[in-house]
Formats: sequence, C-alpha cells, structure tokens
Amino acid sequence: MAILEVSGLKVYFHTRNGVIKAVDDVSFSVDSGETLAIVGESGSGKSVTCYSLLDLLPKPPAKIEGGTALFAGKDLLTCSSDEMRHHRCNDIAVIFQDPMTSLNPFLTIGEQLIEPLIYHPDKNQIQTRGEAKKKAVALLDEVGIIDSQARFDCYPHEFSGGMRQRVMIAMALITEPKLLICDEPTTALDVTIQAQILKLIKKLQETRNVAVIFISHDLGVVAGIADKVLVMCDGTIRETGGTDDIFYRTQNDYTRKLLAAIPEGPKTLPNRAKSDEPLIEVTHLKTYFRNQLNSNNSEENRFVKAVDNVSLEIARGEILGLVGESGSGKSTLGRSILQLAPTTGGSVKFSGQTLTGLNAKQLVPWRRKMQMIFQDPYASLNPRMTVFETLSEPLLYHGIATKKNIARHVRQLMDDVGLSQAQLRKYPHEFSGGQRQRIAIGRAIATKPELIIADEPVSALDVTIQAQILDLILELVERHNLTMMFISHDLSVVRYISDRVMIMNRGVIIEHGDTETLWASPKQRYTKELLAAIPLADPAAERKRIASI
Amino acid sequence: MADAIEGHGSSLWKDAWIKLSKNRLALFGLAVLIMLILTSLLTPLIAPYGYETQNLDMGATAPSLQHWLGTDIFGRDMLTRIMYGGRVSLMVGFIATAVALVIGILWGAIAGFFGGRLDAVMMRIVDVLYALPFMIFIILLMVVFGRNILLLFLAIGAVEWLTMARIVRSQVMALRNQEFVEAANSLGLSQWTIIRRHIIPNTLGPVIVYTTLTIPSVMLLEAFLSFLGLGIQPPESSWGLLINYGVETMEEFPWLLIFPGIALSLTLFALNFLGDGLRDALDPRTSKD
Amino acid sequence: MYRFAISRLLQAIPVLLMVITVTFFLVHSAPGGPFSADKAVPPEVIKALEEQYNLNQPVWQQYLSYLGDVIQGDFGPSFKYPGRTVNELITAGLPITAELAFYAMLVALGVGITAGVGASMRPNTMQDYLPMTGAMIGICMPSFLLGPLLVLIFGIHLDWLPVSGWGDIPGDKILPSITLGTGYAAYIARLSRGGMLEVLSQDYIRTARAKGLSERLIIVKHALRGGLIPVVAFLGPAFAGLLAGSFVVETIFQIPGLGRFYVQAAFNRDYTLILGMTIFLSTLIILFNLLSDMLAIWLNPKLRQEIRGTN
Repeated sequence: MAILEVSGLKVYFHTRNGVIKAVDDVSFSVDSGETLAIVGESGSGKSVTCYSLLDLLPKPPAKIEGGTALFAGKDLLTCSSDEMRHHRCNDIAVIFQDPMTSLNPFLTIGEQLIEPLIYHPDKNQIQTRGEAKKKAVALLDEVGIIDSQARFDCYPHEFSGGMRQRVMIAMALITEPKLLICDEPTTALDVTIQAQILKLIKKLQETRNVAVIFISHDLGVVAGIADKVLVMCDGTIRETGGTDDIFYRTQNDYTRKLLAAIPEGPKTLPNRAKSDEPLIEVTHLKTYFRNQLNSNNSEENRFVKAVDNVSLEIARGEILGLVGESGSGKSTLGRSILQLAPTTGGSVKFSGQTLTGLNAKQLVPWRRKMQMIFQDPYASLNPRMTVFETLSEPLLYHGIATKKNIARHVRQLMDDVGLSQAQLRKYPHEFSGGQRQRIAIGRAIATKPELIIADEPVSALDVTIQAQILDLILELVERHNLTMMFISHDLSVVRYISDRVMIMNRGVIIEHGDTETLWASPKQRYTKELLAAIPLADPAAERKRIASI
Repeated sequence: MADAIEGHGSSLWKDAWIKLSKNRLALFGLAVLIMLILTSLLTPLIAPYGYETQNLDMGATAPSLQHWLGTDIFGRDMLTRIMYGGRVSLMVGFIATAVALVIGILWGAIAGFFGGRLDAVMMRIVDVLYALPFMIFIILLMVVFGRNILLLFLAIGAVEWLTMARIVRSQVMALRNQEFVEAANSLGLSQWTIIRRHIIPNTLGPVIVYTTLTIPSVMLLEAFLSFLGLGIQPPESSWGLLINYGVETMEEFPWLLIFPGIALSLTLFALNFLGDGLRDALDPRTSKD
Repeated sequence: MYRFAISRLLQAIPVLLMVITVTFFLVHSAPGGPFSADKAVPPEVIKALEEQYNLNQPVWQQYLSYLGDVIQGDFGPSFKYPGRTVNELITAGLPITAELAFYAMLVALGVGITAGVGASMRPNTMQDYLPMTGAMIGICMPSFLLGPLLVLIFGIHLDWLPVSGWGDIPGDKILPSITLGTGYAAYIARLSRGGMLEVLSQDYIRTARAKGLSERLIIVKHALRGGLIPVVAFLGPAFAGLLAGSFVVETIFQIPGLGRFYVQAAFNRDYTLILGMTIFLSTLIILFNLLSDMLAIWLNPKLRQEIRGTN
C-alpha cells in the first residue's frame, strides 16, 4: 500500500507578474521502503511539489489550487494546522540542501536534535531531556558522528559540510518518520562525501523501511539510488517509471534531452597540443594566506597553504583539466597563474617570460594575452553596464578597436558566442544564467588571448545549458586556437573537455596525466577514491560501482 | 562611421524609478520635499509679511484670514516665520549632510578599496570616534564657540560622517570581492579606472538611501540644539527655536507650538518615507513588476 | 572571556584620556572665564576667586593638576555653586537621571520589541502597518515636541498626570519616561521588525517548521536570538542618546537631574562642573558600549568561542 499518494496537485504562485504555474497537475505515489526520485532542472517544480505537502511554502504568493495528497489515507492539503504539526513531527521528515544554513547557528546541535522529542505536539509522546538525549546520541552514532556524546553540545559551525548533513539526517530520523523527503541533499557536498551520504541514506532506509522521495538534478545520483523516477519540467510530469525503464527505454523527448546532455566519456575532438616550448611554466609556486583563525598560535597553522609548491606545464593548444574538491586550492592556483592572487614564492612563465614579480603596469601588455572565465554568471558582470559596454571595455582599453569601429567588433563577438545582436543594450539582470555566461565568455575572448583559465564555468548552470556552454567553449578553443586550463570539481565534465588532467588536493598536485590513461588506471589512492565516487547515469553501472565501494 | 546599436535595456536606475513610483508614501515624501525646497528658495519673494515685521498692538492672535497660522507675541506672522525657519532648518540639513557625505565617502571608499593596514588604521579611528559621546561634545563646542552657523554645520557633519564611512566601506569591500571587479583586474584596468567605472556606480545605491535618511536626522539634531538654546541664535530662527518659543507659551497660545511642530514632523516624515522607499526601490531583490 | 573584557577596558583608557584632554582644552580656550558673566562682581573679587581656583597658572599646569585630581576621583569644586563640589552635584543628580534613563529604556525595549516582533509575524497586514506607522511618527516627533504635547493634553487639558518634578507626586515619572523612551521605542520597533523578517526568511526557520515545532516556539527559541541582534547593537548608541535626551526632558519637566545641571553648567561656564560631568557621562557611555559589545559577542556562539580560544 502506498504510504503517499498524490493526485492532480496544482500549486500556483500569484505574483504581480501574473500567475506562475509552479506545479501543474502532478500525480505520483511512494511505498514504504521505496525510493522515488524526482528529477528536473531549476524551475521544474520538484521542490515546490514536496514543500507543498508539508505546507512549507510562503503562503501569500503560493496557493494550492487543487489536488489531493493522501498520507496513510489522510489528505495533507486540507488538514488543520494541528494535524499538520503532527505530520511534520511524527510522519514526514525533510533533509534540506544546504546544511550550513538549514541548522540554527545559535543553538547546539544536541538541542536541535531533541526538540521534536521534548516539544512533541502529542502530549503522550513528550519525552524528558534525559531520554531524548540518549536517543539522540545513539542516532548520532548511527549516522557516523564519532565522539557523539561530546559532539552533542557542539554548534553547527564546528562541523564540516558532510558531518553537518549527517546531523541533519539524524535530526530527520529521530522521530521515526515513515516518509523522508531529501531535497538535493548532496548537491553542496564534495563527490567523495556525497558517496558516503548516499550510502548512509540507503542503509538507514533499509533498516527502518521508510519511503524516500529524493529530489535531484543529478541523473548520476538518481541512477544509483532510485527505484522509481519522476521527470519534471516546467511544473509538469514528462515521464514516470522504474529506474531502468527511464534510463534505458525512455519514451520522452525531454528525458532524452536530459540524458544526452550529461557529459559522458572522453573528449571527442583531437588533442592539438604542440610539444615544443610550453605556453605556461609554473615552478614551485606557493600561494599562502595568513590564517585569521590561528587559535593555537602554532607555527604550522600560521598560514593557509592554498597552493603549496606546485609545478606544472601547459602546452600550447592543449586543454588542461584541473580537478579538486572544495578547499583543494584549484581556484587559487588558476588565479595565481594569472597574477590575480598574490603569490608567496616560485615563478610563473608565460611563453618564456617570467610574470611573477612584474608590477601592475608591467603586466598590462600580458593581460590581453591571458583571460579568465568565472564561475558565477550573476556576479561576473557589472550590473550597471550594458552588454555593449562590458564587451567594448577590453577592446577599447587594449587598443584593439577604436570608437569608430567598436560596434563592428562587438557585433562579431556576439555572433561568436551565439547571442542575438538585438540584446546589446540590455543589462545583465535581463538575461538568463546561460546567456550571462556567454557574455562573460565573449568578454574573455575579446582581446584574442592565447590562454584562458576557466574557473568552474558551468558549475552554476542547469545540465542542458551546461552542455551548450561546454560545446561553445570547445568550438571557440578550436576556432581561435586557444590554450585552456579548465578548473572544475565535476569529473565527468573535466573528462569530456580535457586532453590532460591534474588532480589537486590541499594545495598539492596528487597526480596528473593524459585523461583517458588516468581514468583507466589511476595510480594514487586519492585519485582512485575520487574516480570511484563519481555517480554514473547508468543504473546497472551504478549498482556495480556502489557495491564495490 | 559607427553603425548605430539598436534597442534599449532597462537599467537598474530605470527599474528603481519604476518601483519607487509605485510606492505612494515615498512619492508623497518626494512631493513634500520638492515643495519644501521650492518654498524655501522662493521665501523672500512669496512670504506674506516681512520677517521682522512686528505688530505689538496685535500681540499673539489665533489663526485668521490675514494670518493663516496666527501671530506670535510680538505680532509677527507665524506663516512667515515658519517659512524662514524652514529655510534655515533645511539649509542646515543639506549642508551638514553634504559635509558628512564628502568625508564619509572618501574615508570609506579609500579604506574599503585599499584594505590591509590602511583600512585597519582608518577603521580603528572610526571605531574610537564612534565611542565618543558626540552629543556632549557638540554641546560643548556650541557653548564654547557658539553663535556660528558654520561651526554648527561642521559639528553636526562631523558626527554623521562616521556611519556613512562605515556603510561605504562595507559596500566597497563587498564589491571588491565580486567577480566582475576581478575580471576588470584581469583585463589590466588601472585601479582608478576600476574605481570610477565599476565600484562607484555600484556604491551609489546605499549612499543615496543613507543620505536621504541622514538629512532628517541632522535636522532633528539641529532642532534639538536650538531647542536647548545652543544652536541657531536669534535673530535667525529655525523650527527648533520656534518650538522652543512655542513651549514657553503653549498653554495660552498653543498654535505657536503646534504649527512649527507640524512643519518639522511632516518634513521628517516625508524624508524618512522617501528614504525607505528608495531603499526598497534600489534593492535588486524586490521585483519591479 | 575575562581577558577580552580587560583588554577592551584597557583600550578604553586612552579614549577616556583623550576625552578629558580635549574637553579640558576646549573649555579653557573659550573666550572669557567662568566669572566674566557676572558684571556685578568687582575686579578684585574676581582676582581673588581666580587665585582660589588656580586660574592664574599656565593652562598646561592646570591640566596636569586636574588630571591628578580626576584620577583620584576628585572633580574639584564647582565654580558656580560655591561650597559644593562637583562630586556632590553629580551624586545628587545621578540617581534621578539614572532612574529616568532606566524607565525610558524599559519603555523603549518593552514597547519597541513587542511592536517590532509582532509586526514581523504578520508582515504587510494591519498588525504590521499600524505599529510601523506609529513607529514612524515616534521617530519624527522629537522629545521636545512630544513632551510639551503630552503635557498639554494629559497635564493641562485632561489633568490626569503631573507635569513636573520627580518623585514628589505619584505618577510624575510617567510622562517624562514616556517622552524620553518613545523615540527609541520607535527606532527599536523598526530594528526588531527588520531583524526578525531577515531571520524568518532563513533556511533554519524552515527546518524548525518542518520538524513540527509550534509557531510560538519557533519565534521565541529560534528567531528571536538572531532577530534581535540589531537591537543589541543599538543598545550602546541608545544609551548615549538617552543621556543626551534627558537634557531636554529634564528641562521640560523640571526634573533636578544631571541633564538639567549640565545644560546650566554649559551656559554658566562652570568649568569644573562641565568638565566633571562630561568625563563622568563619557565614562558611563564608554562602559555601556563595552557591555553591549560583549553582550553581542556572547550571543553569537561562533564569536564566543573565538574569543575564548577554544575553536
């Protein structure tokens, strides 16, 4: 018997713009012990669907226009607020995406854990602090928090990202709910931590026989964890079915598009690297930052060694992928090479010329030869400048164009990046994320640089847009004969685009080599762990991979 | 010949104006402000009576057709006195705010942009000055050197610049870390160009809001000092001074207190609503539609 | 935590020193001495008085001897109230002003926080518009306007409450406290509404709701702590403002507190009284600022640990 049955759910947002149909006639069901994955890009309505079940949406704009959601026979959408409190406390639990902001920074995690037990809406089920604490500590053990007794009295900021998510999971399960809703619970985590958390959720589900709704945009994660899949787009269901059916035998165009957009396999374009003089030579580069929180005042803690004695070469024409988890120093390395971060030691040579040690004025002629594409399409464009102004700035500054012919150059750039010329007078906030990234790319190639360092250029984009931008980048690299360093935490993306790959961790290069060789036979343990943790959008392969971890 | 670029976009200023125009209270505030400024500028031309014109026989009279807001104990027309008082109050408000603005923006921008040691030292000074009981010092200054409008401007401005510096600094620091500033750096633009094209236009928002909210604060401060007898001195008058006189005779001639009081409160009201409205309008998060 | 408090205290000393020095030289550089206003006093008497009060010595010598006295807690004799020392005058006026400030702060915090938090619970409804409009009026009606108006209405026309004195007639503390506290109540209402709205839109409030906690618990246990931070930050400036505001309120309501003395001392050029009161008030304000800073840090677990060094 399905523990949750949703039929005809409609949730509309009434804004001053008009009515937005966030969820439009959605129906699905979940059984105990089963995992239903809801897949979609941003704006698809997957989160709104689940939040509406627990009345967690902001009520003035949001309104439930129709449908029923039967939980063990009772309709969640029409119950009283007391009954809803009951459901929230006892029956249905939520794990949110960002554990840092989802935990109250002012209360200890222990306090937050025992709250549902000591403030239970049902008077008979209220427990004392002592009982509740015992239960909480046992649960912390179960989710893998070591030294749980002591950690009970710690604050959220004292835990790492992965640990915090474990705490959130414990908090969700403490009242033994029957349904667990996970809203992108691993999206903010590193890939190795993600693997651990997914394994934990699976284990807990089995021991408790809870139903799980797993919301994600990542098809690889979904392939490994789901029994059933629901594909959503623009508030409607495009397809629903068993995992294998969806991945192997899809009938729907949108699903096909989603599956096709996932970067898979090696780079298809040939490696154009020329093996004579390298374009970039980095020797013993060090970038240290003063450690603000040096609590024990030790010598080793004085500096944060973002880049710790790194040496590498980038050959002309090649695309070098730089992979690392958060905190690995990969962004700092990219910036250090471009002389945008203050280096502490070592040298960087561009075409034989040493850049480290040059002052700002001396660097100017070199600046036009090397550019950067940033991660956040929202923050990398000046909100007060039109597209035209943003694109013409580099051209005018470096004397590539004059005021007379600037319009021609800018139009050409817009064509190059695939944007309509009618948009030139618009401001950044009038564009979508993907379009903004195109503008940023246009700005980067404006001065016809030789080297481009791309720092997570597609990480903030939806997977279908991501595919378009990656292809654009590949095309531009070919056409303009660029050399590129592509920084990312997403291994599949890196594999798709790079000729050679470097793995970085804690400021040090762990391993490097030709992409396919590295994938086929990684030598270092860290590299092996990293590669083994990548979720694949192929259920059978996923099952094998998970079993082997 | 440069070929024309077609189309227009909607800049953030334009969006802000659209948002502001939908906020009725803010528009009311703007209208009151404009009216006040116009009245103050034109006062010598449009005031019904002379500023000093006394009519001792008449003494204090209640509002009538000849004297819309009544007369004070010397027979001087209250409407005229309030108009002239408004000139002074507004002038103090604008000039002192301008002083605070200039010092505060420069201080905050330099500290925020260059960071490091310079920032640490500059903000330490601000912190120390912030801890001082300024009210007391101003009173002292007024007593010791008083009778000087210029000093009044400087003294009040000297209090308000601190908060402005803090606001500008935090805005500049936030901007400095934004990726589009990094992009400008990677293009090789000079620091000055970056400040001019990228930092300043994006700082204007909070500065405008805070300026609009500082003016009423300054006017209040001036009125407070004048009320105590430590601000504007006769023969000049400001609303604070008029309220002072009004309090003395408020039992017999309540209009002498009420009308200047309404003038002051209404102005503060209008400016505060305008400031609030501007803050909402310039906030990129609220939608314009 | 103690080390932090002490280090802050030590940092305050140079500030105090600066206050004393600046005030001293400011007052002494004023044209005319303390007695020049009394035209009726013959010159020989003035000379004798000047000698008695050490005004003959060069300024820097006066400064040093004054500094020495102050450190020992002696603010010297008053120039204008012969036979009474500054210390006496301060001790006479202090309890009254302190009580007034205390009640005003109670009004400000009590009314302000209630109105602000209440408004934030139902934004953009009457529960929000009414108090916030009231708050705007409170901010725009300064105490020297509100006071006389209240006196006019409640004291004279309705004759419900007394309008002068402090502690003489029952109920004479009500109007002055309300007058002084209203402006701050209004500002605190806006601050707490803003702070609460900010917190209520945070993810962790959504988590608390998803756990099935009651609205009341969510507001009191989860939201208030973060939402009232702007109010805590405002406590320091509020206190300084209350002291300054007491000057006006005590004048209007004829209350024999420090404020009234201070204004009169300023007019009378009573050197030692001005100096003494400035230093005393400044010290109070600096101490209060320190306390509220520490409170703000203590409320934030992350900062609390960084200070303790247990991070």
